[in-house]
Amino acid sequence: MLKFPIYLDYSATTPVDPRVAEKMIPYLTEKFGNPASRSHAFGWEAEAAVEEAREQVAALVGADPKEIIWTSGATESNNLAIKGAAHFYSGKGKHLITVSTEHKAVIDTMRELERQGFEASYLEPQENGLITLDQLKAALRPDTILVSVMAVNNEIGVIQPIAEIGELCREKGIIFHVDSAQATGKMPLDLARLKVDLMSFSAHKTYGPKGIGALYVRRKPRIRLEAQMHGGGHERGLRSGTLATHQIVGMGEAFRIAREEMASENARIGKLRDKLLKGLTDIPETYVNGDVDQRVPHNLNISFNFVEGESLIMAIKEIAVSSGSACTSASLEPSYVLRALGRSDELAHSSIRFTLGRFTTDEEIDFTIKLLHAKIAKLRELSPLWEMFQDGVDLNTVQWAAH
Amino acid sequence: MFAPVYFDYNATTPLDTRVLQAMLPYLDDQTGYGNASSRHEYGRKARQAIDEARQQVAAAVGADPTEVVFTSGGSEASNLFLKGAAAAIRPGPTPLNLAISAVEHPSVREPARELARQGWQMHEVPVDPSGRVRGEDFAKTLSCRPRLVSVMFANNETGVLQDIVSLAQQAKATGCWFHTDAVQAPGKVAVNFRELNAAGVHAMSITAHKIRGPKGAGALVLDKRLDLRPLIAGGGHERGLRSGTENVAAIVGFGRACELSSANWAHESAAALELRGQLENGLAAHGAIIFAQMAERLPNTVYFALPDIDGETLVGKLDRAGYAVASGSACSSAQPEPSHVLRAMSVADEVARGAVRISLGRENTVEQVTEFLRVLGDTAFKLRRLTALAG
Repeated sequence: MLKFPIYLDYSATTPVDPRVAEKMIPYLTEKFGNPASRSHAFGWEAEAAVEEAREQVAALVGADPKEIIWTSGATESNNLAIKGAAHFYSGKGKHLITVSTEHKAVIDTMRELERQGFEASYLEPQENGLITLDQLKAALRPDTILVSVMAVNNEIGVIQPIAEIGELCREKGIIFHVDSAQATGKMPLDLARLKVDLMSFSAHKTYGPKGIGALYVRRKPRIRLEAQMHGGGHERGLRSGTLATHQIVGMGEAFRIAREEMASENARIGKLRDKLLKGLTDIPETYVNGDVDQRVPHNLNISFNFVEGESLIMAIKEIAVSSGSACTSASLEPSYVLRALGRSDELAHSSIRFTLGRFTTDEEIDFTIKLLHAKIAKLRELSPLWEMFQDGVDLNTVQWAAH
Repeated sequence: MFAPVYFDYNATTPLDTRVLQAMLPYLDDQTGYGNASSRHEYGRKARQAIDEARQQVAAAVGADPTEVVFTSGGSEASNLFLKGAAAAIRPGPTPLNLAISAVEHPSVREPARELARQGWQMHEVPVDPSGRVRGEDFAKTLSCRPRLVSVMFANNETGVLQDIVSLAQQAKATGCWFHTDAVQAPGKVAVNFRELNAAGVHAMSITAHKIRGPKGAGALVLDKRLDLRPLIAGGGHERGLRSGTENVAAIVGFGRACELSSANWAHESAAALELRGQLENGLAAHGAIIFAQMAERLPNTVYFALPDIDGETLVGKLDRAGYAVASGSACSSAQPEPSHVLRAMSVADEVARGAVRISLGRENTVEQVTEFLRVLGDTAFKLRRLTALAG
């Protein structure tokens, strides 16, 4: 039995895994203590749960639990990492480097730092969405203090070469931050080997609850940050505020499950995605956005030429997908990520991000393929552009009359 | 096994089961998990839930829904106000002033200190021995022309209430931005942002987990005429004031907790006041000093010391006897220093070291208080005998 709308928007957020919800509930009911309460068992019980979760999060990414700082989510982690490091090390330099296709949480943070007097370089990815080491090398300056590159892009799912970037940054003594909100549970991350200094995580993209995330802060060599939220000195002074025990417990359990099930889950999801890819690229004039190989198995981002974006979204209400990043889709601007790959406004507008996950089934993919075939055929039937294209008119040479 | 008695409701409160019921569809259901920024059905459902919660929160504190900015909690709300306002106010050639009361929670005190490190002149408004900011002292501080002022509504340790309306009226003429940390107030006393705002309060921090809502959601209630810079950038959520995917379940819980608290607070406060009377009579019989006893306080809070008994030691013994109480502020991590609140009230350090806070709540009963007073008497007797032997 299919349940509509079929959810294919796992990169916007994931359902909480029932096992995660089950672990969380006791910390919403009888185990309600404030983990900062040092004077009684209610507090200690909550604190013990927080520390167990910290170990679970650390274990997924090969970190020491002491290197994990709880935040309210990846957006806060990105803010804390980038502003915190930029402010702390501002005496060393003022130059920051990132990529133009980063999530808004990184881009907007960089813009804020620019207003404060820092300088930021935004690397333009190649057509496949990836940056090269040479591009980064060319952008480095003697006063570069921080590089921020995401592990997995939220719109197109491509995996940036963070291992190589890490080597370069370490060699140059530059702090390297990685936004891994979209990476956990989708690809192995081993911070014991990766030369990454700061890494942002989110729970709700990995079947945990919303409202909780973490920042990895390397201890050896030690990275220091200026706190962005001051108060009771929680999280070793790096992030004050009462810890939301149930959410932390949920993130721990979600990351434990991710660690145990990632390999088999990704193989299954990869097969479904490939089926979807094959089923949709059957349609003429479709373009896959982003590198097909250097990509997490969950993501497929396709532009359908000769259909109008909004009409397409309206036509496929049986499936829940994104046309651009979830966080920016309230605006009708074409996706800045797709624009950075060199896609035209039209192709960017008519792109759909399909993101698959733990609960996606074979039937759902079959349905989606059929739906897209039918709807795109129908929309194109109504499209004069499609007709012209079929008649062999080169649309780029058409002189449109103003009216 | 006996169930321990929880006497620490100012640190955090148990979730109301009705709040849990409201949250569950957004936690473990197969349709309630959408990202509120998504345009599809899942996203719209989440957005609707947040809108409804915003109305519930606003209604409970007498604000307009558009004045509610959701955050991860009270600490973030106060940080957002202080730092967001400081960043928005264009610094001139001379350093700007800011003023906070001497008894603020660390979530106000520490961001203020951070601003002081960045060049702001920080002034602390003193309190009298009953923990209240006096109008004449406040006037003196205002003569320094602070651009930002923060005075807490109700103190977390002593429960002392400040006369925020009259302080704000006093400050209004100076054109400062006035904030109050009201985290401890809703659910215990009446809080009305419209009235506060009319008096000159521009912003107020509140949080869910002190009113039987979940941890992880709070709000800054903010006069929209104030143009703050965000603390967390990226995506433009909450009218650009607070980016990050909304914590739908916790926000829904916050909304429901606000609604329930509006309906119940008067009745519950009356009950807490009764118990507090019983508790304070018993404490007096044990020779306790009750801090700020004569001041207007939260009805559920008792802050006391037994002469010659260390507070930390006492709470440890009480925990083993099955009573969860606090020594000093629950939020501050293991600090050996005596409470800054008591110091500001001119309490001697040796007395302040004995400080124990009891904060009552819905589940507490007359029998629990009676039994607690008996256990406290025994514990105090034993501790004093040990001290005497050691001496």
